[in-house]
Amino acid sequence: MPLFGSSDTDTRPDSKLDSKLPTGPIEQRWDTRRFDLKLVNPTNKRKYKVIIVGSGLAGGAAAASLGELGYNVECFAFQDSPRRAHSIAAQGGINAAKNYRNDGDSIFRLFYDTVKGGDFRARESNVYRLAQVSVEIIDQCVAQGVPFAREYGGLLDTRSFGGAQVSRTFYARGQTGQQLLLGAYQALERQIRAGTVKMFSRTEMLDVIMVDGRARGIVVRDLITGEVRSHMADVVVLGTGGYGNVFYLSTNAMGSNATAIWRAHKRGALFANPCYTQIHPTCIPVTGSHQSKLTLMSESLRNDGRVWVPKKAGDNRPPDQIPEADRDYFLERKYPSFGNLVPRDVASRNAKEVCDQERGVGPGGRGVYLDFADAIARLGADVIRSRYGNLFDMYERITDEDPYKVPMRIYPAVHYTMGGLWVDYNLMSTIPGLFVIGEANFSDHGANRLGASALMQGLADGYFVLPYTIGDFLASAGPDPMTPDVPEAKQTEAEVHDRVKRLLSIRGDRTVDGVHRELGHTMWDYCGMARNDAGLRKALDRIPELRKEFWSSVNVPGENESLNQSLERAGRVADFLELAELMCIDALHRTESCGGHFREESQTPEGEAQRDDENFSYVGAWEYSGDLSAPTLHKEHLEFEYVHPTQRSYK
Amino acid sequence: MNLTLKVWRQKSANDKGAMVAYEARDISPDMSFLEMLDVVNEELTLKGEDPIAFDSDCREGICGMCGCVINGQAHGPDHGATVCQLHMRKFKDGDTITIEPWRARAFPVVRDLVVNRSALDQIVQAGGFVSVSTGSAPEANSAPVGQAVAETALDAAACIGCGACVAACPNASAMLFMSAKVMHLGVLPQGQPERYDRVSEMVETHDRLGFGSCTNIGECSAVCPAEIPMDVISFLNRDLIRSRAGRGMKRA
Repeated sequence: MPLFGSSDTDTRPDSKLDSKLPTGPIEQRWDTRRFDLKLVNPTNKRKYKVIIVGSGLAGGAAAASLGELGYNVECFAFQDSPRRAHSIAAQGGINAAKNYRNDGDSIFRLFYDTVKGGDFRARESNVYRLAQVSVEIIDQCVAQGVPFAREYGGLLDTRSFGGAQVSRTFYARGQTGQQLLLGAYQALERQIRAGTVKMFSRTEMLDVIMVDGRARGIVVRDLITGEVRSHMADVVVLGTGGYGNVFYLSTNAMGSNATAIWRAHKRGALFANPCYTQIHPTCIPVTGSHQSKLTLMSESLRNDGRVWVPKKAGDNRPPDQIPEADRDYFLERKYPSFGNLVPRDVASRNAKEVCDQERGVGPGGRGVYLDFADAIARLGADVIRSRYGNLFDMYERITDEDPYKVPMRIYPAVHYTMGGLWVDYNLMSTIPGLFVIGEANFSDHGANRLGASALMQGLADGYFVLPYTIGDFLASAGPDPMTPDVPEAKQTEAEVHDRVKRLLSIRGDRTVDGVHRELGHTMWDYCGMARNDAGLRKALDRIPELRKEFWSSVNVPGENESLNQSLERAGRVADFLELAELMCIDALHRTESCGGHFREESQTPEGEAQRDDENFSYVGAWEYSGDLSAPTLHKEHLEFEYVHPTQRSYK
Repeated sequence: MNLTLKVWRQKSANDKGAMVAYEARDISPDMSFLEMLDVVNEELTLKGEDPIAFDSDCREGICGMCGCVINGQAHGPDHGATVCQLHMRKFKDGDTITIEPWRARAFPVVRDLVVNRSALDQIVQAGGFVSVSTGSAPEANSAPVGQAVAETALDAAACIGCGACVAACPNASAMLFMSAKVMHLGVLPQGQPERYDRVSEMVETHDRLGFGSCTNIGECSAVCPAEIPMDVISFLNRDLIRSRAGRGMKRA
């Protein structure tokens, strides 16, 4: 029996989901689409107003590119500067099918690896386009002055990265995200100076304004004055990132939140695959209840580090006193061809498994070693320092241990969310005029994202996809200036005001962080690295209760009319408390395992994720029904013409 | 451990502000400095008082959002680290710690430890970019960049824009911040066409925004979490002289 919505075997196209997928040979699809998209006359572009929420790799790149084209752009960020967006923290690199190494890479291979890595839950057409534009991204970033790593001859260097057998990852030490974001930020600042983009920092989007079924603006709160006001536009773009902070502890920034996409969802945008979360295998383990966030160590570390735990449970000798014979290099043992470089979901689950067997290391036993002793002996400490110096320094600062001498301790942590608002091939959500780009949409990574592909997707959407597809929508709609005194804007503003007032009037005895922490524990325990029917049902009992407790007993001190960080957090946590339920509903309905979604009931005899293509080869897109506990499921069936679904194997 | 905090509290830009003392109890040495403040804020909230406002986002030392002056030092006693990376094991039980916002004319206080650093964005707007619109880039490997040059560019480009250099400078100059961008783009072939206009326009904007002049004291580089070296300042000064000389020639 289907749990929600239409029958599981119904393969008719869902009327809500017109994915506008192109047809024809896959390598020509994006070209054909670009030709078919309508153009906006260059002199008319300034007549269209575009709102972009978020200033990271997707939002910042889009704002700069649309400004360059001559559109009238307004860009919003809750931080004090567009350069703070969390894209900045990405360490490892960015993939591109340049094949500079002559090692067998190609656009088709990057496409193939991404579809397979996503465990056959992404659209082929989208992924192929992503692989195609990856090449242009590197050109663009180099021209902006992004200081990528170089070889001695002055040409670009690459490295191989998480699960790839070719060397296609471009990098700038361990701070690739920072350098790419600064490239986009500088392009954006250039447009701000040119007057094509107006930047609103410390301004948070709290709702979408719908007029005649179309997104026509947003309601924002000025975080310094508390002023709630409307901004109207011809089109609204969300590039607001992922929702990993629903788990409280994650590698996301403190401010990363789901409010923009969740508000859009409640206004009618379908939310696709909310249960697909990526757990990153190489993070620094938790030290205590005071912990506010988890720190990721780039998985490029797995190129030279070897992952191991003691063979015997409860062996708590210091690592240097455990002889080789008593060590279990479990990834090398179980996956001889990929070894320590298996994809993230596989590495994470295996770390959890050995810790569940009480072979974990460090305080609390939730950790595994990542050991560089062999690499240092082989290459020398200087080579290792040149590759990972800043990561080693960061590790030492946090843990007070020197990884040149003692093996690092790592443990998986929530890192990225593959789910997000459903978008068609043109990146438009189910709300006309609402586009969603970067991590905020669901489109390219399927059920698991490959390393160094997040930066690629954010920049692909922002620089090279949205600027084409948004023009088609605008050319069809025609310019239609609208002022914020329309009743729909006033009504939405009033609703935002009421919500703020309600949060400030509770004055209970629990802190916002206290409730958030509890939500995080529930999600990590029941909707984390491994999920099962009973656990998810427990979470689905607890989350609505917790939501009720929040609205009756949270204490949000202070007032609206000044900088009030407790109030900002309270609004975000209130939305996480709703989204969490949808994640669990989605995880419960998808009884198969795929990629980052591991249902314990669905595994191979070797304990690997077992897909169920017959029943679940679809995108699960949820519609808000007015009742948080009873959303409606819509299905977009996935067709695989070029990469045939197989059981992923990294043996 | 138990600590006494003396924290700058200021309700708004127009409020006068004052140091206020708080007790921080049962602090673990494994906490980061900002997690210690989180704990203090949780207690203040439960007591019905306004928590201390401070900026932070990534908490891994890269976004540049956090920053305050701890015992007179921007980002506190640890070298090459932001305040979110500073851990309480650097302090002792019973210590008294003073915590203040960045102080500079160009950085007005918003509330408590939060300041307005938008002047830094304005300096970048003045020329901290390469004018290359999306889609117009040549093939990435068409202009080789020597490895040493790329490394030098990245050393300068590592600036996180936190503003500690301004807070530490007795003149409240943003010279290190600005020079880092000038050098990052100035050593790369991509940055050459706009090299001399860039430096003069950025310096002009910097001065107009109320930042002080550089007198080569070096506090900026000493507190810089990204360890931007003083060399970047010499690079800017050299380019500024060339830029002015070039302009003079054009006029003649």
